[in-house]
Amino acid sequence: MAGQSIDALGQFRLTTGLGPLGRAVDFTNSNEAMLASAAIIVILFAVGISRGALVPGRLQALVELVYEFVRAMCVDTIGEEGLRFFPLVFTLFSFILLGNLLGLFPYFFAFTSHISVTLTLALFVFIFSTGVGFYTHGLGFLRFFVPSGVPVWLLPLLVPIEIISYLARPVSLSVRLFANMTAGHVMWEVFAGFMLLLTASFGILGAFASVVPLGLNVALVALELLVAVLQAYVFAILTCLYLHDAVHMH
Amino acid sequence: MDPQSVATLAKDIGGGLATIGVAGAGVGIGNLFGAFVSAVGRNPAARDTMFRDVLLGFALTEAVALYALVIALVILFA
Repeated sequence: MAGQSIDALGQFRLTTGLGPLGRAVDFTNSNEAMLASAAIIVILFAVGISRGALVPGRLQALVELVYEFVRAMCVDTIGEEGLRFFPLVFTLFSFILLGNLLGLFPYFFAFTSHISVTLTLALFVFIFSTGVGFYTHGLGFLRFFVPSGVPVWLLPLLVPIEIISYLARPVSLSVRLFANMTAGHVMWEVFAGFMLLLTASFGILGAFASVVPLGLNVALVALELLVAVLQAYVFAILTCLYLHDAVHMH
Repeated sequence: MDPQSVATLAKDIGGGLATIGVAGAGVGIGNLFGAFVSAVGRNPAARDTMFRDVLLGFALTEAVALYALVIALVILFA
């Protein structure tokens, strides 16, 4: 073998951007990607609805499609009260979606592949939905941890299980998004590394053989596009489900 | 063998063992889409509404496989 190995996690290393000013305030490429995705959302929607035509053009149709998709998700999952939380869910969905999609491009940084980012988002959702539960039901929200219709002697066993599964929510919510994005990018890196290793080890024959990992990488791009949209959807709909639990308590 | 290479060996074996967990997620995703296909066979009209739930279930099940992957990565690199 050639004396090189695959550095699969090097792509997630943070570097500071924006020159000396960026270094002074630790403005990283992750922050750049966050700002870029937020700016793209705002510009896309501002331009999309600026004309407000009765018969929408392409951009306006796209913007309305996304808006109605998230709105329907809110109302279907939480109920009519869900419209109060629509701005939050929409912001989370579009921010994560743009972050995932931007990360798929070469030289861009997928900020959702860092657990620090996803855990922050998930903890915010967790604390917010718990707050909504206590705000709506007062201390009666604690009844959420007592499953109905079970014999009393089982409760000492079931209540701790319910509490633990409730506390595990932010962990699973954040690890799901972070692991999906990280796994996709690592797979790309590994297959790209195979191509280099093949060429380095077998010369011209290896260069021809590296068509196989290249083809796999092309297929992975399609899979990652699906995963990027799907994970944003899953994050948003789980936020809706947690808010449903907080509002309706069942 | 010196302790350093024993540790590397154990790390590699542990990382490989950690990926066994992916088998469960494979069973789960197979079950999910199998049930979806048979449900669509019975009631093709409900396909679109069911497919949304299937995608959600797929993402939730796939995440379980990725937990195993995260553990493997932690063993190997952390």
